[in-house]
Amino acid sequence: MAFLSTHGLTAQYGQFKALFGVDLHVNPGECVAIIGANGAGKTTLMRSITGVLRNAPEMIRLGDTPIGALPADQILKRGIAMVPEGRKLFPSLSVEENLLIGGQVRKGSGRWSLDEIYGLFPILKERRHSPGTALSGGQQQMVAIGRALMSNPELLLCDEISLGLAPVVIRDIYAALPAIRATGAAVIVVEQDITRALSVADRVYCMMEGRVTLTAPAKEVTREAIHAAYFGAAA
Amino acid sequence: MIWLDVLVQGILLGGLYALFAAGLSLVFGIMRLVNLAHGDLIVFAAFAILLITATLGLNPFLAALLAAPLMFAVGWALQRFVLNRVLGKDILPPLLVTFGLSVALQNGMLEVFSADSQRLSVGALESASINLGIVTVGTLPLLTFASAVAAIFLLNRIFYTTALGRAFRAVSDDPTTASLMGLNPKSVFAIATGLAMVIVTLAALYLGMRANFDPSIGPARLLYAFQAVIIGGLGSLWGTLAGGAIIGVAQTFGAQINPEWQILAGHIAFLVVLLIRPRGLFPRAVD
Repeated sequence: MAFLSTHGLTAQYGQFKALFGVDLHVNPGECVAIIGANGAGKTTLMRSITGVLRNAPEMIRLGDTPIGALPADQILKRGIAMVPEGRKLFPSLSVEENLLIGGQVRKGSGRWSLDEIYGLFPILKERRHSPGTALSGGQQQMVAIGRALMSNPELLLCDEISLGLAPVVIRDIYAALPAIRATGAAVIVVEQDITRALSVADRVYCMMEGRVTLTAPAKEVTREAIHAAYFGAAA
Repeated sequence: MIWLDVLVQGILLGGLYALFAAGLSLVFGIMRLVNLAHGDLIVFAAFAILLITATLGLNPFLAALLAAPLMFAVGWALQRFVLNRVLGKDILPPLLVTFGLSVALQNGMLEVFSADSQRLSVGALESASINLGIVTVGTLPLLTFASAVAAIFLLNRIFYTTALGRAFRAVSDDPTTASLMGLNPKSVFAIATGLAMVIVTLAALYLGMRANFDPSIGPARLLYAFQAVIIGGLGSLWGTLAGGAIIGVAQTFGAQINPEWQILAGHIAFLVVLLIRPRGLFPRAVD
């Protein structure tokens, strides 16, 4: 059975409808990429799954359990953690405090601890007493990932983690992904960088204008199919 | 030496104003909520202490110890069931609701406790003094100031070294992201207001021992608290102590020149500080 699934998921901001019946699922331990242009609804989807936007209960299921109406703090307690778009570190907190707050509500006695995070991103140990927002963009992204891992999630959502970062920095950040997956956690990677997304994912969903336009195993999907799904044009 | 004496008395009086202000500062710092009923809640706590003293025959200090958890519960419930519903981008609804609460509290207390002035009696301590060589200070004002310093020190420790303080700062920075970290901002706000009401109880204890109180004096305490918070810089607790001391010193100097000038001198000091440092003496870097 899928670890997490959405069923006809809709979302709207006031009058503006952002998602039109999205169906997707993530299996335990699987890495799923969600690609799509700006405004395709990827971030809205993440906000819905994590409970920042509330939904009808049945629209999102954790295994068999409907969780669509739960608030964000309850979603985290069920093992779903998020690395939000734009990193969103707490400016009043140091690097270490940012990490600790991620672990304040821990699910079980999983692998991740401060030492493990420092092992994964050694630079953070050197900067641990700096204000989180005083770090470079790439280092801030490492804090944001570490902060989400501290809750020992079974599903990690990464929203645009390469946005605004230099290619060499993006490579370093993606290099952490195998260690994260080695814990058995499933990962959803929301990306605009299609090549990067396909290189790490098992399966890929492409979204356009609030709908899923393509679902395929990452290894089998063709450039033409993605082009059609991404832009809506005939391949 | 009389001016040195006035200065010391003023600073010690500032301790009381800092106690009035610390709860206000804490709540504002965490949730940007201006509680217009803060002064009335201080008076309410003073009546609660008085009631416990009268019913159980306890000393006011012990009565305050019992009142503190009750006031924590009052603050927690007030935030959880009333104020959380009106917190949002618009600052007007919380102002209206707390203003309404202020009026309701004053009239409720008038109904229950009448308009008679009350006092928390502590016998000989009220007039006891300590000779420090150059100046002689009252034991009670000294105790008030020491309590203010201790309360602000403890609040700062909580704020900067505990998991609860981390949660306070995180929800203050960004409630949505804090909820993604498993924190429920509304619960955190409720704890913060509960904590503020514990400080309010301490303020009420010293208010009631120092002078008479009746249901109508809340708004003036709120005004002093406001001035202390704003002079100190919004959200800075040590700044609040400095702000309280400045108001206290200005008032005692004013009273020394002419007793009618006491309150006015405090307000003038407040305006002067605002003219020179519009953001207060110790504004927080991130606002």
